[in-house]
Amino acid sequence: MRRYFARKLLIYALTFVVAVTVNWMIPRFMPGDPVSAMVARARVSQPEAAEAMRSYYNNLFGFDEPLWQQYLHFWGALVRGDFGISIFVFPTPVGDVLLDALPYTLGLMIPAVLLSWFVGNWIGALSARRKVLDNTVLPAGYLLTAMPYMWIAVILAWALGAKAGWFPISGGYSLDIQPGWSAAFVLDALHHWVLPFLSLFLVALGGWAIGMRNMIIYELESDYASYLSALGAPQRLIRRYAFRNAVLPQVTGLALQLGVLVAGALVTEIVFAYPGLGSLILAAIQNQDFFLLQGAFLFIVIGVLIANFLIDIVYVVVDPRTRTGMAGGTS
Amino acid sequence: MTLTVNDLRVHYRTLRGEVRALDGVGFDLADGEILGLAGESGCGKTTLGKSLIRLDGRMRHAGGTVTLDGDELPLSDDRAMNAYRFHRISLVPQYSMSALNPTRRIGRMIRELLASRGVTVDTDELHRRLALVGLEPDVLDRYPIELSGGMKQRAVMVISTLLDPSVLIADEVTSALDVSNQQAVVGALTGLRDKGLVTSMIFVTHDLGLTSHIADSIMVMYAGKLAEKAPTKALTTGPRHPYTKMLIGSLPQVGARHKDRPLSGIEGSPPSLLNPPAGCRFRDRCPLADSGCAEEPPVVEVAPRHTVACWKAA
Amino acid sequence: MSTLPDPAPEAPSAEAPVAEPGRESLHYAVRNPKLIIGVSLVAILLAVGAIGPVLLGDGNPNEYVGPQAAAPDGTYWMGTTTFGQDVYAQFVHGLRATFLVGVVGGAIAAVIAMLVGFLAGYRGGVTDEILNMLTNVVLVIPALAVLLIINAYMGVRSVAVQGLFIGLTSWPWAARAIRAQTFSLRTREFVDLARLSGSGTWRIVFREIAPNMSSYLFMMFILLFGGSILIASSLDFIGLGPTEGVSLGLMLQSAQQWSALQLGMWWWFVPPGAGITAIVGALYVANVGLDEVFNPKLRES
Repeated sequence: MRRYFARKLLIYALTFVVAVTVNWMIPRFMPGDPVSAMVARARVSQPEAAEAMRSYYNNLFGFDEPLWQQYLHFWGALVRGDFGISIFVFPTPVGDVLLDALPYTLGLMIPAVLLSWFVGNWIGALSARRKVLDNTVLPAGYLLTAMPYMWIAVILAWALGAKAGWFPISGGYSLDIQPGWSAAFVLDALHHWVLPFLSLFLVALGGWAIGMRNMIIYELESDYASYLSALGAPQRLIRRYAFRNAVLPQVTGLALQLGVLVAGALVTEIVFAYPGLGSLILAAIQNQDFFLLQGAFLFIVIGVLIANFLIDIVYVVVDPRTRTGMAGGTS
Repeated sequence: MTLTVNDLRVHYRTLRGEVRALDGVGFDLADGEILGLAGESGCGKTTLGKSLIRLDGRMRHAGGTVTLDGDELPLSDDRAMNAYRFHRISLVPQYSMSALNPTRRIGRMIRELLASRGVTVDTDELHRRLALVGLEPDVLDRYPIELSGGMKQRAVMVISTLLDPSVLIADEVTSALDVSNQQAVVGALTGLRDKGLVTSMIFVTHDLGLTSHIADSIMVMYAGKLAEKAPTKALTTGPRHPYTKMLIGSLPQVGARHKDRPLSGIEGSPPSLLNPPAGCRFRDRCPLADSGCAEEPPVVEVAPRHTVACWKAA
Repeated sequence: MSTLPDPAPEAPSAEAPVAEPGRESLHYAVRNPKLIIGVSLVAILLAVGAIGPVLLGDGNPNEYVGPQAAAPDGTYWMGTTTFGQDVYAQFVHGLRATFLVGVVGGAIAAVIAMLVGFLAGYRGGVTDEILNMLTNVVLVIPALAVLLIINAYMGVRSVAVQGLFIGLTSWPWAARAIRAQTFSLRTREFVDLARLSGSGTWRIVFREIAPNMSSYLFMMFILLFGGSILIASSLDFIGLGPTEGVSLGLMLQSAQQWSALQLGMWWWFVPPGAGITAIVGALYVANVGLDEVFNPKLRES
């Protein structure tokens, strides 16, 4: 088990280094002269912002320094938590801008991911090898999982928001309410939260349900299931084992799907102008705010790494084989 | 008689029609007898083993009866068969290495399996039986992945025989093992019978050499039918059916494996069982065949407990 | 879902290394409703994407041709945008771009996944360790985040380059699956035989191993194809799509940007999303159908 975690941590450390390096390399090795191109493309109204941007970029890129020194400086700034200054909300540090948006993204993603996972697995398990359910769950699941996140968001916003008028379709809270811990604000925020949550939840739900259904069918065809059948064990026991074992790849699947789920959250936020990382990224792109964009990239990478590690812990809990010291589970 | 099989017919449904994998097979299994069931791959021996305990989705019981200790088995009724499975007829499958749920400790799996059949575990007895096949009691606290292939196989043997079945079907249990493990498994199986934990046994294999070490009698099948059945000694020393003769003639030293390959010593291959030709099914490969073989040979007893289906054997 | 279930190895026996005669697969293929529905739908959409623009005279789909913000009618089948662009013209051109990005992204990812997966699985040892580490690292980095940065710094973007970068970031799960399959195949007798007869690594991989998992590889390509389309549409939607031309994702983006939702112009945002959903969904359903064709255990008995 110690080896398992040591290996995982090594991979995550390596991943982080690679991500930071990619983040550092892209502006330097893309064709063209990034500084002038960016400053020119940035439609910054305040002259001091443009000046800060130019000097910061020059400082950051430090073209007079050797590359390795530029690279070390980049890491140094990162370790100090310095992601640069945002152009879009000049002169707030990028770190602060991102931290303000983070709770909205997490508040949207964590419930949507966890709930869709549990409910999806449950529906999938029910439908496996039950003809009537399977014939409804399977097509519905494929339809949902094939939908681009932003499209289901737009459709929900249109049907339940614009047409039915049940839910607001824009923002994280009403503009006339002061954000805080008042009951009015919380209720209002929840009201704004429903549609983006539902969009994320539904698409992910389809994927989990299908995954579980397919896994269970494979498990029911496995050798241990045949053996139990040959010994006359009731279907109940066999299905229980099959479910238990089919959950394992679904846990791994959760880790594999994190990137897709993050992407889904980002575009969903954009549809609803929800004040999380996705809307920030859109603003950063529209305002050519590269510090903000690169900061958001690192935030997402760090978030995904942490989530991966948590899933690893869960995996150790649910797959006994990882605890036996034998090479069980996935590496 | 523990088991009486009478004109059993089991067909596989395929695209091109029904394959008559078992086309009228009859034999008896005496109390305490270990019957070796041998033949090339596709001769129906595995189908026979499966038919006695659980037909899979593509198999159809097309006729004949199986009587176990006086009760006729409801072969085609999957639910009704449950009453017999494990309690009275049990199986050590070909896939023993992967027959245990990978995420359950073996002891817990056994408890849950037994509970589902309405039996409680007698821990002492379980330990005793594990010791019988050379396993420590602590395997019960382990996951299957922690056991070697041979250990898993022996654990499965213990589990399958926990309820002292009348008949145990051991399906190709040695084919995945090396020679020394083969001997150990064969020894353990014989021990189970000698201790009375199972009454009788059907030992399915393509390895005639190994069969002769364990079996009291051997039944050779060919193309879905019985070719010859006799006490081991009689069959190995005085085979009557040309196919058996050729099998024994092409027999390498004891324990070597054939790997389900068409026997190199016999030219040709068995006929398709989709629309098997009339008459003796071996006649295309048989050096003795003549026009008389176009008629189906009856199964005749040529000596006490020695039956052969061949016109030339009498 | 981009996870294939662990396939029951296509366990052909030692004497018959090449999987079940193609005739039987074909028999099931033409009788499998999922496969038929999926393939037909993809074929229809592909045909619309291929022929539609030609029928419209291959004009620029972003030109302002009609009345502004008109609902669908006989002339403009899918209505027009706020600027008077023909939504149907954009849709058929967008289908082209969507298929293109799927093929480019899916093919590049499949090639990388096969190179990495075969090599790691067949060679084992240090090669495997290194490639496995690489796979895991790329697997953990969220592809979309990398693509965001790359595309943001790229001044001019084309569909093909978008596909290229999607392919470069979306191969790891497939490589992992191929590695596992190769691992289980490399100890089979027919591979030993080839090795004994002195064949080189790649010869064995492509002559002995790959044919034995061809159906699996094909299904994997389908999933990579669908995945590329979804990622590309997200990128387009965020505003990092191709700078020239039109794609289904870009249509959604401009519908969003110009408040089609608030204006109730459903004909602007429904078709592109429905198009993506139909392509990806049909691919997935066809994939299940294929799985049932190739894997007898899954056929309903």
